[in-house]
Amino acid sequence: MECLLAITIGVLYAASFYLLLRRGVVRIILGIALLSQAVNLLIFTAGGLREGGAPFIAEGQTALAATSADPLPQALILTAIVISFGVLAFTLAMVHRADQATGTDDVDDLKGTDQT
Amino acid sequence: MNSVILATVSRLLTGLLLVFSVFLLLRGHNLPGGGFSGGLVAASAFVLFAFASGFPAARSMLFFTPHVIIGLGLVVAIVAGLAGNVAGLPFLTGLWDKTPLPVIGKLGTPLLFDVGVYFAVLGVTTLIVFSLGEDAGEED
Amino acid sequence: MNAVTLAILTPLVTAVFCLFTLRSPRLQRFFGVAGMVVLLAVALRLMAEVGGGTIEVVRFGNWPAPFGIVLVADLLAGIMVLVSAITGLAVAVYSVADVDARRVRFGYYAFLHFMMFGVCGAFLTGDIFNLFVWFEVMLISSFVLMSLGGEKPQMEGAVKYVTLNLISSSFFLAACGILYGQTGTLNMADLALTAREMRPELLTMTAMLFLVAFGLKAAIFPLFFWLPASYHTPPVAVSAIFAGLLTKVGVYALIRVFTLIFTEDLLLTHGLLLGLAGLTMVTGVLGAMVQFDFRRLLSFHIISQIGYMVLGLALFTPLAIAGTVFYLFHHIVVKANLFLISGVTARYGGSFDLKKLGGFYAATPLLALLFFIPAMSLGGIPPLSGFFAKFAVVKAGLAGDTMFGGWATVLAVIALAVGLLTLFSMTKIWAEVFWKPAPEGHAPHPGHVPPGERFLLLAPVAALAALTLAIGFFPQFFFDFAARSAEQLLQPEIYIHAVLGRTN
Repeated sequence: MECLLAITIGVLYAASFYLLLRRGVVRIILGIALLSQAVNLLIFTAGGLREGGAPFIAEGQTALAATSADPLPQALILTAIVISFGVLAFTLAMVHRADQATGTDDVDDLKGTDQT
Repeated sequence: MNSVILATVSRLLTGLLLVFSVFLLLRGHNLPGGGFSGGLVAASAFVLFAFASGFPAARSMLFFTPHVIIGLGLVVAIVAGLAGNVAGLPFLTGLWDKTPLPVIGKLGTPLLFDVGVYFAVLGVTTLIVFSLGEDAGEED
Repeated sequence: MNAVTLAILTPLVTAVFCLFTLRSPRLQRFFGVAGMVVLLAVALRLMAEVGGGTIEVVRFGNWPAPFGIVLVADLLAGIMVLVSAITGLAVAVYSVADVDARRVRFGYYAFLHFMMFGVCGAFLTGDIFNLFVWFEVMLISSFVLMSLGGEKPQMEGAVKYVTLNLISSSFFLAACGILYGQTGTLNMADLALTAREMRPELLTMTAMLFLVAFGLKAAIFPLFFWLPASYHTPPVAVSAIFAGLLTKVGVYALIRVFTLIFTEDLLLTHGLLLGLAGLTMVTGVLGAMVQFDFRRLLSFHIISQIGYMVLGLALFTPLAIAGTVFYLFHHIVVKANLFLISGVTARYGGSFDLKKLGGFYAATPLLALLFFIPAMSLGGIPPLSGFFAKFAVVKAGLAGDTMFGGWATVLAVIALAVGLLTLFSMTKIWAEVFWKPAPEGHAPHPGHVPPGERFLLLAPVAALAALTLAIGFFPQFFFDFAARSAEQLLQPEIYIHAVLGRTN
């Protein structure tokens, strides 16, 4: 399972870097979206894959059952998803505005601020 | 968008989605759900309504501007956090009422915090979607 | 309530006030400035609490340390929060006269305070994943501030700024995940303990991921391209606070992880930092030499100055780290001030182009003096603050007690040469803007700005210049703080004990 996930993460990273290197701004945004998915999966895998139930202490017990999942990577991923949702929504709005202001979505044409 | 089907269905669905969002908010403490997903579902109710009946109608149904809703949500969340300080404990310490209520379960400041998150997410999502949608509408 | 919690809550509450009063620019300006005044008071109280060397720990939600989220205020964090509050107040006052009502209605002050919320949180958190969240709060607000107004150059800059910072964030997140996978903890004090038992090569690999993530935010050598492409595009008040604070949050994060967690393979990690510091200094200052846009020139100087701070961190002796801390707060004050001055000259002379400016010395000798102080300080002329900052770092390099032997000397010599070139750049601005006669049709007109606005523009500039002078005339007082914070940083046991109550 780890192997399969590692390959998936690798493919996701490769695809997102390919998109990030394209010239269209929208493709770059898609690349960032894919990148955050790749990272989420990486956290999930790095946190250790384990079969188990939700990590709640059952009624009447004082300790966790031995077969409960580690909640922390899931919490991290959840937080990361929330953040990337907000960031992605903002980025799309920004690209829309940038397209209106500059009339192009080709990053090669966005070099006005780099010239002296 | 002028579609009879969408307009009819949206009237039913908007209410249903809002009820569902409150359900998600309340069950979120120990089960999947919570302020964030509840807020998103509530926002999607307003977005659906906006697509069916137009953005001005959706804005008036929302009553407050999205900015104010974000602010309200943050105020509720801060108050929930400060409750710990009032009790002489660190910020964000959870305080619980001992007796569980029917349907809702135990009341406590974490629930209040989640309510704050619910409104903040609702505000942010509607803010972004409305401003993008109204922007696109101007071009057409 | 303790000052640590207040330092985070104050900007958040202010931002909420600003959200509720979006329609009234006047009320927003009032809340925007008042919030910064309160934050400054809170920061002073925090400094009074941690200035003596105690480390204050707040456990959010009352959960014990390695499991819950902690806020930790040591001396470095206290200093950074204080300097941020000072810069924030100066910028908030300046914004009253500089940021137009349209941007204020779109929430300029709300996002300024959300950004301060993220900045203060990043300085105070004791949890590495939380640091990521605070970085994101700071970044998203800075994205909005960068693109607020939506003018063409602004959007061009914003696309680059946003994209590259998001990539760095994803590196940061991946690094957090990998670190958690290996150590099972995210608390920085706990990480410092468990990292010692990790396989060194895995630890170093994780360190490199953090280096890329923080290095991009701090704009060190191969990762700085977004900075000069974007920092000169938003309104002056925004570029001033970005230039003062944001890259320094990256430097702060570098200092934190490379003194607390990644201290096992010093020769490799800090050796790499040493090389990057040299390249950062040199490329930054060389890039600045060919610039003729006031703010772009200053942007390149941010990069070269970041090099000095990283150099101090890389040398890793008490004097060098103290130099870095001293450099941090000197630089925040001076650089924000220079950006504010560039805005004043643009208001008077109508341009940021050095070639189209001129005659300012004759028109406003006061502004010339106010520019002269931070500019010479940046160039490292005694007795101004920059001299002592550079002196400490260079002396640490020449001292011969570092682990890099001759290389430290080489870097110290490079630092001296870069200082000379910095002075050259500052002289260039002086000669172009202040000394040479105004070009045809571009004479400066201070009278065109109403006196009230002029006061609001110049008061923060004068206050920051006075602070620069104070640091320069009483260096011992300020250096004492830096030295004691370096002492804390080089003895992680103090930090670990404060957070966990144990050191093994």
